[in-house]
Amino acid sequence: MEDNIRMSAESTPPKPPRLTVPAPDQPATSAEPAPVVFDLDGLEVFYGAFRAVRDVTLQIRRKEIMAFIGPSGCGKTTVLRCLNRMNDLVPGARVGGKVSYHGVQLYGPDVSATEVRRRIGMVFQKPNPFPKSIYDNIAFGPRINGIHDRSKLDEIVEKSLRAAALWDEVKDRLKHSAAGMSGGQQQRLCIARTIAVEPEVVLMDEPCSALDPIATARVEELMRELKNKYTIVIVTHNMQQAARVSDRTAFFTAELDSKTDQRTGLLVEADATAKIFSNPSDERTENYITGRFG
Amino acid sequence: MNELVDLRPRPSWRTKKNNIMLGVLGLAVLVVALPLLMIVWAVVSRGAGVVFHDFPKFFTETIPVVSRRAGPGMGPAILGTLLSTGGATLIAVPLGILGAIYLNEYDSSSKFAKIVRFMTMVMTGVPSIVMGLFIYITWTIHFGYSAFGGALALACLMLPVVIGSTEQMLRLVPNQLREAAFALGATRSRVVLTVVLPAALPGIVSGALLAIARAAGETAPLLFAVGAATAYNPNLFEGANTALSVQIFGNATSSFVAAQDRAWGAALTLVLLTFIVTLTARLFTARLAAKG
Amino acid sequence: MVLLVLGMIALVMTNRAGPVFKAMGFDFLTTTRWSPADALYGALPFLWGTLYTSLIAIAIALPVSLGVAMFVTQVAPMKWRRPLIYVLDLLAVIPSVVFGLWGILVLGPHLGRSFLTAGIILAIMITPIITSLSREVIETTPKGEKEAALALGATHWEMIWGAVWPHSKGGVVGAVMLGLGRAMGETIAAALVIGSALGQITVNIMAPGNSMPAVIANEWGEADALHKSALIALAVVLFVITIAVNLVATSIVRRSMARNRGKSS
Repeated sequence: MEDNIRMSAESTPPKPPRLTVPAPDQPATSAEPAPVVFDLDGLEVFYGAFRAVRDVTLQIRRKEIMAFIGPSGCGKTTVLRCLNRMNDLVPGARVGGKVSYHGVQLYGPDVSATEVRRRIGMVFQKPNPFPKSIYDNIAFGPRINGIHDRSKLDEIVEKSLRAAALWDEVKDRLKHSAAGMSGGQQQRLCIARTIAVEPEVVLMDEPCSALDPIATARVEELMRELKNKYTIVIVTHNMQQAARVSDRTAFFTAELDSKTDQRTGLLVEADATAKIFSNPSDERTENYITGRFG
Repeated sequence: MNELVDLRPRPSWRTKKNNIMLGVLGLAVLVVALPLLMIVWAVVSRGAGVVFHDFPKFFTETIPVVSRRAGPGMGPAILGTLLSTGGATLIAVPLGILGAIYLNEYDSSSKFAKIVRFMTMVMTGVPSIVMGLFIYITWTIHFGYSAFGGALALACLMLPVVIGSTEQMLRLVPNQLREAAFALGATRSRVVLTVVLPAALPGIVSGALLAIARAAGETAPLLFAVGAATAYNPNLFEGANTALSVQIFGNATSSFVAAQDRAWGAALTLVLLTFIVTLTARLFTARLAAKG
Repeated sequence: MVLLVLGMIALVMTNRAGPVFKAMGFDFLTTTRWSPADALYGALPFLWGTLYTSLIAIAIALPVSLGVAMFVTQVAPMKWRRPLIYVLDLLAVIPSVVFGLWGILVLGPHLGRSFLTAGIILAIMITPIITSLSREVIETTPKGEKEAALALGATHWEMIWGAVWPHSKGGVVGAVMLGLGRAMGETIAAALVIGSALGQITVNIMAPGNSMPAVIANEWGEADALHKSALIALAVVLFVITIAVNLVATSIVRRSMARNRGKSS
């Protein structure tokens, strides 16, 4: 199974029509490669006795957008939640293999999940602003990190909202409840809230699945802007979205384990997005992106 | 770069605050558990000796007329509690369920239904002693003390609770189920009887049982309606009766140890009774969860 | 049919209230001398007693209940949560007369009969109720909001304070009001331990006092006609106050629930 991940020697049958892939702004493969942020080696995740994910070996580099795609139940969200230890919150969850962040084992003995999550932020599927004002939503993160100086908070709030392309829309109602915003605005607020604590990485778990196409377009645009500063990992069920925004793409699938009769997710291959969508190495990827399976 | 990868836990004020606050929350549990456990312990330790001395005489003998006399006997009170609670159940549960079905299935959004719902809510907040006086005025003055008066008072207390919990359960039945049955050409009454009620039944039963458990422990309304007899009175409709709760109230203020002992015994009996009913209700809820 | 029963209750209660208040006038609510022998009925001390003991009870019960509710829903290990909730719900059905019995025979000898003793007993009684109501509200906090807080690097407590509490506070206020309504209407436990003193309006929590329901329960047995009507009038006053408290509580709960719903849609 390991072979499939890295090898690229399989022959390709005649190709059906493909998705058109815009050329990425900055091919991640160009020049000298950026430093590795995440290094996953043989990652597996268990829920109790059930093995949900196995054999994920993958590198994510600095300031690239990595997209996780694959059919539902293939474990892409599970893997994403390993990257900032959100899986700790699921009772019975256990992680095997290696996940390192700048060479530090994330699941090592001397690592604090709280510290991990401050550096590796997360944006969720459903916009989840706190039932507080827009200002207090953004200020939550800085405040718990000990910033109480009013002018400094004002500055952070403005900077984060500007970065999330939300400032002009909400600058006159910062004290209003976040509940009154539209879904797309709420999601951008959540992104602003995440970057207000200045993480290095932003994880996004299907951030557009609850949004309409216009709001989705704005969030995608935002992702491309954020790329200049942050490393982004995005889970999406929308292949076009992966093709539009990401530099590299990892394709996951699920296979039935004949012994346990349970479906376990695994990584099939990870490569430059353009390659995945035009000339994937694995037949399973080929089948998925051409719509023959999924 | 080095700063970036330092993920070690920081022993900061934040961690300390976290530990302290979580500790405070845990402490709250202890603060609550302590007196409650003390009460349960007191009831069991003081009551058990009385109840099981000369078993089962405590459950069968009549109550001594002279309260300083030692000796068993809460039989009439147990019977009285069962009679008035049972009577209340027979009145309030069918009425409450029918009312809730009407509110939820037939007339869920009219002005009339809204008024009834509002009144039900108001009625839930009526203190039990007020309900007791109400029954005294409308019933006991005319017909004298009887277990039935107590049943009426308890029924008035139970009714809004039963309506509330039943309606909540009915609302949980998915609308698609109803629509599917209507699409097959069923009449409204058939839909209610064959689809909605069976789906909601375990929840309704459990809600009714909880209401019964509450009613069995009520004292104030019985004080005015039931009287304080010391002999068996199996007649629901006539003659003064008594109840466990009334006996506890009466004997608690007595300075005689024998009477106090009987109060503890009655308390243990009453607590066991309500616990049994509550646990039965839980069983129904568990079955509901297992089925769903 | 249901409306008939409800309507009858409302009608008869108001009907009974009319003549009683005509006989007493406003003095019933404003004077402090309660002397059945002289046909004088000033209920102010009992009104005070009811409010005072209830407030003592809330002051004790609120922080503790909230702590328990938060602990059970947010902190306790998953395995413990169900059993803890079971036990709490079971304790909520212990009849109030049993609390009273414990209060008079176990707590009474140490503390005497006073506002404080009554307040403590009432607090113990309403704690399971407030806990279970606030637990229900707290449990409606969306998982997403809690995860969002943690994903920002919040500690467990910061998550509770930053995400769970803002979501729950409206509902908790309502739960407390419902508990207050319950404490005020509670008769038997209070009647047993409050001390049945006449005419006391004092903030001294160690002083014996009396509350409206306790007066009704304790004096009913030996009351003559006018005395009985005075007790009924007490019941009407109690009725009005508890209904008012309950209405406020329900509207608070409803408003906070509507707000939460509006947000998630």
